[in-house]
Amino acid sequence: MPYFQMSWLAVKWALSKPPTTRYPFVPRRAIAGSRGQLVFTRDNCVYCTACAKKCPTGALTVERAQKRFVLDRLRCISCGCCVEICPKDSLALSTSHGSPATTQNNESYSGT
Amino acid sequence: MARTIIPFGPQHPVLPEPIHLDLVVEDEKVVEARPSIGFVHRGLEKLVEKKDYTEFVYVAERICGICSFIHGQTYCQAVEAIMDVPVPPRAHYLRTVWGELSRIHSHLLWLGLMADGMGFESLFMHSWRVRERVLNIVEATTGGRVIFGSCKIGGVRRDIGAGAIKDTLAELAIIERDLREITKVFLNDNSVKSRLCGVGVLSRQEAHEMGCVGPVLRASGVAQDMRALGYAAYQELEMKPVTRTAGDSYARCAVRCEELFQSISLIRQALGKIPDGEIAVKVNGNPKGEVIMRTEQPRGEVVYCLKANGSRNLQRFRVRTPTFANLPAMLKLLQGCELADVPVLVLTIDPCISCTER
Repeated sequence: MPYFQMSWLAVKWALSKPPTTRYPFVPRRAIAGSRGQLVFTRDNCVYCTACAKKCPTGALTVERAQKRFVLDRLRCISCGCCVEICPKDSLALSTSHGSPATTQNNESYSGT
Repeated sequence: MARTIIPFGPQHPVLPEPIHLDLVVEDEKVVEARPSIGFVHRGLEKLVEKKDYTEFVYVAERICGICSFIHGQTYCQAVEAIMDVPVPPRAHYLRTVWGELSRIHSHLLWLGLMADGMGFESLFMHSWRVRERVLNIVEATTGGRVIFGSCKIGGVRRDIGAGAIKDTLAELAIIERDLREITKVFLNDNSVKSRLCGVGVLSRQEAHEMGCVGPVLRASGVAQDMRALGYAAYQELEMKPVTRTAGDSYARCAVRCEELFQSISLIRQALGKIPDGEIAVKVNGNPKGEVIMRTEQPRGEVVYCLKANGSRNLQRFRVRTPTFANLPAMLKLLQGCELADVPVLVLTIDPCISCTER
């Protein structure tokens, strides 16, 4: 029945639950394992600079003497290289993507 | 009959990416198509001289937003070939699985765009609805939806655990069921057939002489598929190139529809016999030498040429993308066609312009 190939599918889909959500009013369901925003935990960091050396885009700047960790979200591509190399687990990728960075606002964290 | 030139693109509703065509028409017939490309040139090949060779994987992946993983994989395979890196078998299998997932989502994207180009909006929406399921698998296994970021020199960066394999196989069963419904419409519906059958016929000889690659070449009857070379884990999986002989737009659509099921079968085979073990080996030293690597992207054969001089940065990087190889065929197809068929014929080669211009 070549004429009704689409018709019965259209009826079937019309009667089934919509696959779309009312984004952004309903937040997107987080998928485990997704590489989202980089999250920095200041307490664990020893400012060893391993992450800054490994970052392929140069989004991280770490100053050991000043105990300063600077993250440029505009450059970060959430590749997870820094997370893999971090010896103290002070970096992690959250499953949430956050809002997109549109300006070069460096996030700066200082240790005590 | 007076000739008129109609500019088509670079911004046009049927074009997913910018390419400009000057269509010389006589009445409603296209006499000649003159292309101009270069709107999205980003100079990625030159960037190889600035970036560390291990970091360049991320740039290679960004050459294209659809076949991103296979670009990264080809780059890694090329560097591994220069440096003679023994990639673990499990990494080969994982690369194959992600490569095939990328092929499924690319073909579904194409089917959607094709339906949109024909004015079949509901079919377009539902092709992309199924594609969303594939992207969810990709996100759960690699962490990214478009840029997988899971390939590295010496192996892969992520493993797929037993639980994730089970979930993937369950999701693939649903995807296959949905695909059977959608491809039935693409292959049997009268309105689709009337737009595609007999439109833009490319004979076997023409396709071969113009150096076509991928589904365009296979739809004209040439069984050429780079996966048959046996890179990654393909040598251990059963695979036969999908071919058609008609060479028209319908045949090209049919090849892509069947390749969807071929990819599902390959993923099932790969996940079924994936060996245990390491997923990556440590790579030391710098590459020195020259290599040419060929792999099969969703759009056809991609050729990478790499030259390294023993430093951290490569000396030369050159990519021949499948769309570039198919452009002469597209111009040939446009000669003598009806103006209303131009969107279908342009889409039928599955143009990826950001790949072509890099």
